[in-house]
Amino acid sequence: MTGWLDALIQGVLLGGLYALFAAGLSLIFGVMRLVNLAHGDLIVLAAFAILVVAGKFGLDPFVAVLLALPVLFVVGFALQHVLLNRTLGRDLLPPLLVTFGLSIIIQNGLLQVFSADSQRLRSGAIETASIPLGGGIAIGVVPLLTLLSAIAVILLLNFIFYRTPVGRAFRATSDDLEVAQLMGIDHRRVFATAMGLAFVVITIAALYLGLRANFDPTAGPARLLYAFEAVIIGGLGSFWGTLAGGIVLGLAQTIGARIDPEWQILAGHLAFLLVLVVRPRGLFPRAQD
Amino acid sequence: MDDASASATQVYRIEGPASRAAGAAVVVILLMLVLLPVFAGRTLIQDLIFLFYMLALAQCWNLLAGYAGLISVGQQAFVGLGGYLLFAFTLLGGLDPLFAIPLAGLVCALFALPTALIVFRLRGAYFAIGTWVVAEVYRLVLAQFKPLGGGTGTSLTPSVTSSVPGIEWVKTVLDLRTPAARDIISYWAALALVAGTLAAVYLILRSRRGLALGAIRDHEAAAAGLGVDIYRVKLAVYVATAAMTGMIGALIYLQKARISPDAAFSVLDWTAYVIFIVVIGGIGTMEGPVIGAIIFYLMQRYLADFGASYLILLGTLGILVMLFAPKGLWGLVSERTGLTLFPTRRKLVVHRPGTDRS
Repeated sequence: MTGWLDALIQGVLLGGLYALFAAGLSLIFGVMRLVNLAHGDLIVLAAFAILVVAGKFGLDPFVAVLLALPVLFVVGFALQHVLLNRTLGRDLLPPLLVTFGLSIIIQNGLLQVFSADSQRLRSGAIETASIPLGGGIAIGVVPLLTLLSAIAVILLLNFIFYRTPVGRAFRATSDDLEVAQLMGIDHRRVFATAMGLAFVVITIAALYLGLRANFDPTAGPARLLYAFEAVIIGGLGSFWGTLAGGIVLGLAQTIGARIDPEWQILAGHLAFLLVLVVRPRGLFPRAQD
Repeated sequence: MDDASASATQVYRIEGPASRAAGAAVVVILLMLVLLPVFAGRTLIQDLIFLFYMLALAQCWNLLAGYAGLISVGQQAFVGLGGYLLFAFTLLGGLDPLFAIPLAGLVCALFALPTALIVFRLRGAYFAIGTWVVAEVYRLVLAQFKPLGGGTGTSLTPSVTSSVPGIEWVKTVLDLRTPAARDIISYWAALALVAGTLAAVYLILRSRRGLALGAIRDHEAAAAGLGVDIYRVKLAVYVATAAMTGMIGALIYLQKARISPDAAFSVLDWTAYVIFIVVIGGIGTMEGPVIGAIIFYLMQRYLADFGASYLILLGTLGILVMLFAPKGLWGLVSERTGLTLFPTRRKLVVHRPGTDRS
């Protein structure tokens, strides 16, 4: 019984990580209808960036991430401005294929620079620290921080979207691009800002990816699939839905793993397909698309 | 002008300036390719097997993405499933390998139908990632299937690989040893499959359904407005390409004689390369994938040793073509010359009394 309760708690905490993966994907889809096939590889790239900063300056990953954040915001802004803005239009193919190409370039670029060895972000005692809840159940500090960060990121994104001028521009371009342009909004700049913001979320996700488990240059595609599943399970258009989707996915995986360790990933995918059959628009849908 | 008489004499013709010559050339090239093993060395035969199955896969993906607008990044699902079915039918069921190939295609179609009912709930770009999830599900399920080696995979026994019909005949006629004779049988099977795939895609595109497909490619909403049943056409294309992709997968793994879940369901080998071929050559045309496959084969032959840098180059090239020449290399050629080798476009020919031009 405690085993199952433990699986449920760990599942919810794992869901926090998946919600962090998914929030960036959800953000850029919401603003510019772009589905980024390189999203998972960008998370891994950010994890390597934190690793390099931490290693070079001898910093703790939690401090290194603060240095990496502005840099990755600029990288995201530039990527959108220089490359991805050119692909947007009525045709679906260019953004998909360009981001797919990007995914291959990032994976192999990382492979060349860092080799195929698995890496990990080291942060001393906090990695293994846990809070006992009694009854033989304990929750890890890092998983708890992950979930709390996911909630904080979603609160922040909701604040930006609904309480700031930037957020108003995001929503305007998302609702009607042409009218937004008529109102004097430079949509290319808005999109680039959104991508920069997505890179900030990606970098936070990367911190917890690297603290929780090993990662290597080929770890990206699986993260993309988890992020995507969380977005679809939660329903498009709502950040809280994305958090719920991440938790459903995390629960499915830990419950599957509890039955048979080899079924962890499969159970997550099957839960996603089940939601697609039963509620094709997700559990908490808002947007039409 | 009298409307009724004009419409009575309106006919359409599906032909381009070079298409008759191209038709004759295809027959000659096909004959030469059939007879090639008599003269060619084993390496060339093996290279051509690779070229043929990549071209066949590319043509299937082109039909799916270029015409039906179903951008899938999960076609490795059917390559892997086809390969595994071949292993199951021959190793566990004791079937003749050449008979197992079409059977694998049929079973892939049966799997494609329920798969489509689920992934078709996702639109556009989300459909793409959904197909990838499905391929992962196939991979993880087969990794649990212990009779075929689970996660580590398994090999075909020599009794299976040498039971392919025709090997003895090739051995005596061409005076070869078993492995070389096996390659030649695989070569002919690959040739038959690529020719069959090309012919099937060509005939589909020239048919009434092909007209519907072209309409969907050009403007989906307009096609729906003209009465095209988009859902049914897309479903038919998805299932048909799954069957063809499955047969190609079965053939690939008959030739490789060793299968594992990670290799058989590799997104790089069976989808990324295939997309690269179609995009470089020119999506939405039949000529494009042929050109793309030849370019990819040459790059693979001379640059693959560079490993990661080679893949970075492929990715960069794909992005550049998508941005600056979205119709691919064939698009550049046909825009300048108006050339079509495999004409699928219908051109209206109006016969007026007294001006018979045919």
